[in-house]
Parts: sequence; C-alpha cells; structure tokens
Amino acid sequence: MVKDQEFLKSKASYCLDLAKKMGATDASVTVGHSISETVNFRNKSLEASDRSDGLALSIETYLGKKKSSISSSNLLEENIKTLIEKCFEITKITPEDEFNSLPDRNLLSKQISNLNLSDETRFENDKKINYLKDLEDSASAENQIVNTESSFTENKSNFILANSDGFCDGYKTSSFTASCVTVAKDENSMERDYEFSSKRHLSDIKQPADLGVKAAKQTIRKLSPNKIGSERINIIFDRRISKGMLSVFASAISASAIARGTSFLKDKIGQQVFSKLISVIDKPDIIKGMGSQNFDSEGVNSKTLQLVENGVLKNYLVDTYNGKKLNLKSNGRSGGTTNLYFENGNISYEDLIKKNSRSLYITETIGHGSNLVTGDYSVGATGFLVEDGEFKHPVNEITIAGNFKDMFKNIILANDLEFEYSANSPTMMIEGMTVAGK
Amino acid sequence: MSNFFNKSDLTRQDADKIVSETLKNCDDGELYLEESKSESILLDDNKIKSSNYSSDLGFGFRAISDEVVAYSYSNEISKDSLKSSSENLKSTLKSIKGIYNHEIPKSNKKFYKDINPIEQKTLNSKLEVLNKVNDFLRKKDGSVKQVTASFSGEQKSIEIIRSGGESLTDVRPLIRFNVSVMLEKNGRKETGVYGIGGRQSYDDYLKNDNWKNVCEEAFRIASINLESKPAPAGEMKVVLGPGWPAILIHEAIGHGLEGDFNRKKTSAFHDLVGQRVASEGVTIVDDGTIDNRRGSLTIDDEGTPTERTVLIENGILKNFMQDRHNARLMNTRSTGSGRRENYRHIVLPRMRNTMMLSGNHTQDEMIKSVDKGIFAVSFGGGQVDITSGKFVFNCTEAYEINNGRIGSPIKGATLIGDGPSILKEVSMVGNDMMLDPGIGTCGKAGQGVPVGVAQPSILIDKMTVGGTKL
Repeated sequence: MVKDQEFLKSKASYCLDLAKKMGATDASVTVGHSISETVNFRNKSLEASDRSDGLALSIETYLGKKKSSISSSNLLEENIKTLIEKCFEITKITPEDEFNSLPDRNLLSKQISNLNLSDETRFENDKKINYLKDLEDSASAENQIVNTESSFTENKSNFILANSDGFCDGYKTSSFTASCVTVAKDENSMERDYEFSSKRHLSDIKQPADLGVKAAKQTIRKLSPNKIGSERINIIFDRRISKGMLSVFASAISASAIARGTSFLKDKIGQQVFSKLISVIDKPDIIKGMGSQNFDSEGVNSKTLQLVENGVLKNYLVDTYNGKKLNLKSNGRSGGTTNLYFENGNISYEDLIKKNSRSLYITETIGHGSNLVTGDYSVGATGFLVEDGEFKHPVNEITIAGNFKDMFKNIILANDLEFEYSANSPTMMIEGMTVAGK
Repeated sequence: MSNFFNKSDLTRQDADKIVSETLKNCDDGELYLEESKSESILLDDNKIKSSNYSSDLGFGFRAISDEVVAYSYSNEISKDSLKSSSENLKSTLKSIKGIYNHEIPKSNKKFYKDINPIEQKTLNSKLEVLNKVNDFLRKKDGSVKQVTASFSGEQKSIEIIRSGGESLTDVRPLIRFNVSVMLEKNGRKETGVYGIGGRQSYDDYLKNDNWKNVCEEAFRIASINLESKPAPAGEMKVVLGPGWPAILIHEAIGHGLEGDFNRKKTSAFHDLVGQRVASEGVTIVDDGTIDNRRGSLTIDDEGTPTERTVLIENGILKNFMQDRHNARLMNTRSTGSGRRENYRHIVLPRMRNTMMLSGNHTQDEMIKSVDKGIFAVSFGGGQVDITSGKFVFNCTEAYEINNGRIGSPIKGATLIGDGPSILKEVSMVGNDMMLDPGIGTCGKAGQGVPVGVAQPSILIDKMTVGGTKL
C-alpha cells in the first residue's frame, strides 16, 4: 500500500521544523511515495516481473536570499537530520540571489478539487499476465511478426508538498500502462514498431487485442522500405510525432529559457509565431487527465492558460524564480505544462492526406536535433511516401530539416484531436521542409 | 566502503540466509546493495543557480530462472523489506526451477581509487572556479551573452551478495565539469558546449588552470557556429575527426552488439558473428579496464571483473557484449558488461569504453581525397533503432569539404546511416586515435550509465547529411 497523507505530512513537518530550528528563514519540502509493479512478456511467455517501492524526499532551505537543496531516499530521522544540517551548511556559503524566494502566498493553491486522478483498483500480476497473453496472441497472429515484447505497469503514488509559509497539500495519483513492441521481417528488411495505452484508471486502458493488432499492423506496413531522393516536400506528421512539436514549443516558452535569452521565442509575446488558424492551450483540470494537477511543483495554483491564440503568443510558462527575473507572476507552471494541446484545425484527416499530390507521412523520428536557441531542426525519420492521397511505400534512412520559426508558421492541422497523453495534437502538415535522402 | 548492515535490524547473517534461501531453486540472482552520495553545483546567468546534495540508499534483489527475471527493489534496508522482496520474487518464479551457478571470476585489479570526490574539494573552492569561468568568458569577448558552468560529483558504493554468502564490493568515484557559452553577433545566437571528467578527483582534471582550456573550447565551437552556413542535404563523403565522434560507433554498431538484442534476435547483427561487417583495417573493442575513464569499472554490476572485449577484428564480427543472464542463455560467458543505473533498475548488457583502434592514414590524406563532402569534428547526441539498424547523430561542429579543402563551417545537421553497412563504407582509418574528454552518458530502456568512446579520424564513403541546402 502506498503511504497515506498522514505519514507523508508527519515527515514533511519534521523536516520543516528541523530546518527552522537550525535557523533557516524559509524552507520547502516534498515527500513522495510510489509503488510500481511491471510484468514483461516476450514471445508469448513471461520474461520478467519488477516491483519497486520508493520513498523520495527533497528539501530546499533558504537563509534570506541564499538557497540550496538536498534530496534523499532515506527517510530515517537520523539521516534526515544529517542531511538538513548539510543542506543548511551549504546554504550559508552559497551566494545570495535576489530572485530566490518561496512563491507569493496569495498565489498558492487554496483548495484541492477532485480530478479523479487515482484509481485504487489492484490489478494483480496474474491479471497482468492474462492481459499480456491476449495482447501477444493478437500481436503475433500475422506470420511476418517474428518477435513480440509487451509489458504492463501499474503505478500508485502519493505526495505532500509543504513550505514554511503554511502550505501543505498533496494527493494520490495512479497510472496503468500497457505497451507492445513488435518486430516484423521479410526478405528485404527487419522493422520494429509499437503501440501503447497509458491511463489514470484501469478501466480506460485499451483492450489487449486492439493494442496487439495495431502494433503488428504498424510494423508490417514498414517492411521493405525505400530511401527517397533529397527534395523540398510537404511533411505530414502522424499524431504520435506532431505532439512532439508541442514539447519543443513548451521548452521554448519556459520562463527559464526566456530569462536566460536562450530561446528562439524570446520577446515574442503578442507576436504571430504560428499561422493564424493555430491555438495552443494548457489545461490542468481535465478529469483523469494524464497531465492534470491541482497545483504546480511549488504549490502555486494552476489554471487553464491560452498559450497561443490565432497564432499569436499570449503567455510564457512561468515559475516563481524566473517570473521574478522577468517581472511576471507565476502562472503555476513550475515543472512545465499540464495537459497541453493544439486545438483542432478545420480539415479532415482524409483531406489533409489528399491535399498535395506528393507528401511524406512521418511516423517516427530519431535523434536530438532540436536547437532551441536557433530554432534549427534536423532529425532522422521513418514514414511513408504519399502520392495523390495514397500511401505508396515505406521510407527510411532519411532526415527531415527546417527551422521552427518557419515551420510553426506553415502548420496546417487536421480535426482529429484526441486526448490520450499529456500533450495532444491533431495530425499535422508542415509545408516546405527539406528531406535528405539519396 | 559502506557498511549496509550497521544502521538496520538486518544483519549480514540474515541477508545471507534470505538470499541463499530465495535463490536455491534459481539459475542466478543476487542481492545488490548501493549507497550513493552526489552533488551538483550550477552557475547560470551570472549566479550560482543551484547547489544540490543528494544521498541514496537501497537494495535490488534479483532472481532468475530460465528466461524469467524477477526483480524487486526498495530504499528501506530492513529485515521486513528484504523478506517481502523475497516473497515477491518467489511468487513470480513459483513454477520454474533452475540450478544455481555460483561461479564469478576473480581479479585483483582496480581501475580507480576509493575516493569521495565531493569531500576532496571544498564547496567554496568549487564556487570560486565557477565564478572564474563566468568572469573569464564574459571578459573574453563582448559577444558572450550567457555562460553556464557546472560541477557534478558522485561516490557510489556497492556490495553484491550471492547465494552462499559470497560478497563482492566496489567504490566508484565519478566527476564531470561542464561549460556552455552562448554568443550573439549580428542578431545570430549560437552555443558551444565542452566538458571533461572521469573517475578521479576534481583537481586531477582542473590542475594547471585547465578550466580555461574547457572555456576556450566551448567558446571556439560557439564562434565557429556563428559563421556557419546552412548544411547540405543528401548523400556524400564524410570525414569524422578523432575522439568524441566515435559516438558514431557507439550508436551505429555498439548497441546492436549488446547481448540481449542478439539473444532476442531483434538486432540487425544477431546472425552475423564470423562475418564481415566492416572494412578491412577496422577493429573495435569495448574496454572497461582503462584507468580512471568514465566508462571503466573494476567489476560490473553483477560482480564480474570487466575486460577488453574484441567486438570487430579487422572487419570481422567476433563477439557480443554480455551480462550473466544473456550469456547463460546464449551458452557463452559474461564479458563484464552487466550494468544498471542504480539499485532501482535491472541489469542489462551495456557498453563501457567503446573504441575503434588506429589504422595508418592521416587526416590530411582523407580531406584531400574528398571532392564534395563534410568534415565533422564534434557531436551532440545520437540514437539508434537497433532493429532496422538506422542510426543518427547530430553535428555540433562541422565544415564543408570542397575539392580536397576544408571550407566554411556548416550549421548543426543530423547524419543518418545504416549500422550493419556503415562500417563497410569506411575507406580510411586514421593513425590518430583519441579518447573522448569523459562526458558520455548512454541511455537504454530508461537507464543512463556513464560511458566512454574513442576513435581515430575516419573517412566514410557514403552517408546521408540532413541539412537544408539542396
């Protein structure tokens, strides 16, 4: 069983009291407990089971404008005492930073609303095994599938965040994740693809057969790929890739990147950064949402933020420290975005695919080719050549490149948004990118 | 050395008893105890942005029978906690029986000292170096707009207890010093990053004001990128510089030669042992035994002493990298490559220091032989799809080559290639093998472990460069 609120609160207040007693002017502490159980299958038989049970503690102590932090997994009182002593010693010799402080009291979350983020259902390992058996049976039905691997993870967590201004709150969350990786082979190639489902509640997890069939289908259609030539082309990003554009965007508008001057979107508030039809929203209060939260990692109340409206940048993601630097109030985004999404476009998926006589449909990218300072983008990619609305053949060993500043202005979105993850996007087309191939 | 038993109701005798009893019907397994102390100090935007100290303690208990691995970890070292882990393992393996194999080879060699680098340099003197870095770079040139510098240090103590009471221990220091600088000139911004590190004390790396060299190198890379032009797009010849560009080898073939992917036959290399996978003259080893290197280990995380494993010899594929589990199932021996990020994770076969050995060409010869191509000197990260064999890595410093001469610097671009065939495109191997500066972290299955790479300059006849200029 995951530790209850009372246990975590008692540890948190022990830490705060001790820090105060040693002379800290302010302190903040997070105590969390998480239990996670995973079962792994491979080629229709049990491969591994893994159980983890972990407590985690992190403390920040302040001496005026001086601050330092410690973290530990060892919650024995004797150890906590040694660590806080050490933390406070380090704080004393750390130089002052005028922007260091706890969050403004009036911004702190006052009331927890029930977002239904915790499902206490226990899904025994034997049930996980049965789920994975069904999944792999359907995943391996086609004879081109030569290898299947799947796993089911159940996680239950609880946490308390407390600070010396009297904030003390936290809540339980859960997640259930089923995933499947399949390998297909033909005389020309061996390919891998995947499918997964991750939810707060067990009953929302996709049916095992659906996951297995989808993973297999996605893998088999990648077999016998061709490389294409180097050219300028319109690129369609599958939803599992288009949501990645949101992560890049979120990193580029974090107050930290803006304050440091290391973002290609610095000083762009009020300006057109996307095409006029694009809106981006971050909504923390979606019931059962994978990214939902009542407050951010500092305890600041987080409300829905319209980040982009009709292509115009409206807000940065602001935490207390970087907010003070930029003269902005925290908007409850210490720790990043919550449930982030592009609003639907006004064209159907089918029409988007047919829009051009020739385009490239991307299902996977590899590499770390996003430069947030310059906006330059260059990654390896896998996908399909689309001609006149038809998927012609799989393509791999190519790269796609562009610059986010141009790419964002050339985005066209379909109207097929679904809320599956903590970042969600409709299928996306970006016109005029460069493909490097043969 | 940590004593894991003096602060708990769990005695060594209890632990031995529980381990032996749990593993008696298994093929393998162990109790892995770990205590780590780490720090990170970051200067950013003219200020000490954070100083963090962390301590972690816990155990991971593993039991293996046939192909099934049961694993349970906890950060509470107590009799109850170990017993409940034991029950958990037994319930997973209840229907599978194995025969316990005790044998672990022994070695007296050690590749680093039992030091705690965090305690060997005062916090004040670390802060002083970071401030000097900031002042030095900001005074150096008006174009410097942002400086980030950091220290990170760690001491990890481990103990492995096997059935029958056998105990194996190791103390592992590790440090890293990193500098990143952003320049702005004529409205353009570019960054340069450089770092150094390994398994010695901070001062072993910082003596003779070596921090200045790190600053100069970060500044040099950023300055060059300020002048860079769009990179070309398409297939062309690529000359790689020595040292850190060997992450090409790490991504292109290293991962594909890890035992687990080959046992599962999901690696493009699984049926290629004994066959030619690289040009003649290409020899690649994975070596855990180089003194004080970031990827070196005295023993791996299963207790096996590390070694120098020949992966490819003169172009022929010789060996995979193995942990005990995959080695047993493939009827071979562990190469001392069983690693884990920490006690929260299961052991996987991983790389240590992966190196291509020197040949007899000069870098100059390579450049002169290229009509149109690029010369890549430094890289950011890379990634591989081990099944299709396709891999990428990102240039952070590269130049175009025109008619045998190095031309303008080009913008960061991704290079993509095919692992099983790329090394057959290597037409010259340089005589200038160099180790990387000690900064690599390899990610696999959500676990990061420190690694090293090394190579001489090499000429690759055909590779796709992912620029924007057609």
